[in-house]
Amino acid sequence: MGSLSRRDFLKLCVSTGAAFGLSEMLLPDIIQAFSGPQAGNPPVIWLQGGSCSGCSISLLNSVAPEIGEVLTKVVSLKFHQTLMSANGDMALEAIRDVQRRFDGEYILIVEGTVPVGGEGRFATLGEQSGRELLFADWVKSSVRHAKAVVAVGSCASFGGIPASGPNPTQSLSLGDFMSSRSLINLPGCPSHPDWILGSVVHLVKYGVPKLDKFLRPTMFYGRCIHDACERRKDFDDGVFATKFSERGCLYKLGCKGPMTFADCPKRKFNGGTNWCVGASSPCLGCVEPGFPDVTSPFFVRMDQYGPAGTAPPEGHKTRLLGGEV
Amino acid sequence: MRRIVVDPVTRLEGHFKVSVDVDGGKVQRAEVAGTLYRGFEKILAGRDPRDAVFYTQRICGVCPADHAVASSLAIDDACGIQAPVNGRLVRNIILATNFLQSHITHFYQLSLPDYVTGPEIAPFVPHYTGDYRLSAADGERLMKHYFAALNVRRKCQELIAHFGGKMPHQAAIIAGGVTRIPEGDRIAAARSLLAEINEFVNETYQEDVELIAAAYSDYFGYGRGCGNLLVYGTFPEDDAGNKLLFPRGVYLNGAYENLAVDRIEEDVSHAWYTGAASGHPANTTTEADLGRKEGYSWVKAPRYKGASCEVGPLGRLWIAGHYRGGISAMDRIKARMLEAKLLIGPLDRWLTSLEPGGEAAALVKIPDDAVGVGLSEAARGALGHWLKIGRGCIERYEAVVPTTWNASPRDAAGQTGPIEAALTGLPVADPDNPLEVIRVIHSFDPCLACAVHVFKP
Repeated sequence: MGSLSRRDFLKLCVSTGAAFGLSEMLLPDIIQAFSGPQAGNPPVIWLQGGSCSGCSISLLNSVAPEIGEVLTKVVSLKFHQTLMSANGDMALEAIRDVQRRFDGEYILIVEGTVPVGGEGRFATLGEQSGRELLFADWVKSSVRHAKAVVAVGSCASFGGIPASGPNPTQSLSLGDFMSSRSLINLPGCPSHPDWILGSVVHLVKYGVPKLDKFLRPTMFYGRCIHDACERRKDFDDGVFATKFSERGCLYKLGCKGPMTFADCPKRKFNGGTNWCVGASSPCLGCVEPGFPDVTSPFFVRMDQYGPAGTAPPEGHKTRLLGGEV
Repeated sequence: MRRIVVDPVTRLEGHFKVSVDVDGGKVQRAEVAGTLYRGFEKILAGRDPRDAVFYTQRICGVCPADHAVASSLAIDDACGIQAPVNGRLVRNIILATNFLQSHITHFYQLSLPDYVTGPEIAPFVPHYTGDYRLSAADGERLMKHYFAALNVRRKCQELIAHFGGKMPHQAAIIAGGVTRIPEGDRIAAARSLLAEINEFVNETYQEDVELIAAAYSDYFGYGRGCGNLLVYGTFPEDDAGNKLLFPRGVYLNGAYENLAVDRIEEDVSHAWYTGAASGHPANTTTEADLGRKEGYSWVKAPRYKGASCEVGPLGRLWIAGHYRGGISAMDRIKARMLEAKLLIGPLDRWLTSLEPGGEAAALVKIPDDAVGVGLSEAARGALGHWLKIGRGCIERYEAVVPTTWNASPRDAAGQTGPIEAALTGLPVADPDNPLEVIRVIHSFDPCLACAVHVFKP
């Protein structure tokens, strides 16, 4: 199993029917790809900026491989504020150490935006001789020495909620912050653990996966949610829910599935347990660059709001939740 | 005198910094600070009030459901409606299960590495050296449970996903109630997950907390803090929300009293904000001001009748009369475990009380102008959302969250926040390895993404 071809690997990533998660079949391959943290494989620095840590929590929900295996056998997670034992300077030294010893070999994962307003002081990480060290500077130096850069979640990929109007901290997505450097975007609010682990494994084993124009791996973000939705037949039959407790397509209640590209309807979240529409809740379009300004108001149907990126238009208010006006 | 700065304090949600002055082996002065600011309340202004539930739960990926509940209550209040029984029960189920997830994650992933060293690989190395007291065999067993706990906390999230679609950032809680109650097979699956979680909580979590508490019993004497406890209360047992599983109340200067919500004020004298230094959350209008001379944090300082108050599971159990053993670092760890045990029974009762086919949400009609408040509890303590609707949109939104209380900086009177008070007087054996400081901070389970906020109309 340790020698999957790229083609077989992709097949496994895309197939979500037989087993949930990246599937047990993939685990030996993942372990071989990294062959354990002691074997000099690429270490990982995971930085959290303007974020809620939700993508980190989501990663902990990985089923196959289980997160315990990821931590002990798959990656060498040198810096991650929520999980690492070290504190303070000892923790920051881990970043500097990786930058020095693994120059050009480590994977940088960024969760959250890079706030550049207020001279960068909206997000700081550590201090030196009484001066705050800016989060933006840590990103800059970590990008410079990384082998590959991955933006996890909608905030790091496209700005997400912190960068939505009026963007009080002048938050930037990772792509906007580092401009010319190539990267992989793994949006989602939160990002799915399979999207994160599958992309990282592909990166290590086969290089950068095929990306769409928003730099999202097509193996996970290649299909319109509306096309794979369990309620698609309702849409085709003209059966629309007029309140959330009803069966039927959620389009008229604000579902953004028709403008959203990800494999949520098939992969589902939390070990294949469920997904937003499965809970009778409209898709928020959270993997799209327009989330949330373009995809909200969340309970207003897509054809009823104004130009992309503008504030909610006058008269947008349906005023009734759980029933049509 | 020696100043120790730990930045970042890791194994908590968000960006946290502590600075302590140590003299004669004890902390003489402590300052704690939140070091990330996002401006959530500013972002909310002008948006559809119903969307607030979805925005505010993204304040925090650890306690999203907790914010969703508080936010939905604030909108319900503004609209003058209440959730039907199914809506109330599903909100309770989602919130209580997230308490379990959060408490288990806190003990094993966030706290345990303060007391036990892990395998000699990243992210478990490097770590502070010094006062680790368990035998190698006990340490090894606890680290096994660290990994077992990862799967149990994952199952908590799966339980929520049966109702909420996914976690973090569940999708079921809306103004008026919840989207819908799931089919019977999902309810059965949730009950079977609860049985597994129950087994872990009662057989492993409890035993492990007792082991740590016995080996580090001196921590029942450290980290008392301000000694005041404040609880908004949560888990309504009736539709009007009058009867709460964990009741509302305050333990102030050694006496019990009812909570007077209008006596809550926020002080920004030592935070990087402009505006009136003090105010009730429904009225404060503040904006970032990095030039503020006395400022040292992005966290504001909420006070009750002018006093610092600790919030969290210890306070909830104390006010409810379930646990009054003491207020200390170890009491907080113990209370969290006891609360997890206490929640299992009600959770199963709520799961079996759902009424299939019944309404899950009340009809929500957003008024042109209204105010609303949602008082609830997050895993980490009292959580309040204040909302003002103007012309049908959000005009003002203010969230006062648990860690805003616990990690608050000094106020205009120079009074320390609860964590600062808990650190003051704490012995520190080795300033290069300030394990005691980290243990006391972690006992509060700080969540900084939540704590830092500001609103401008």
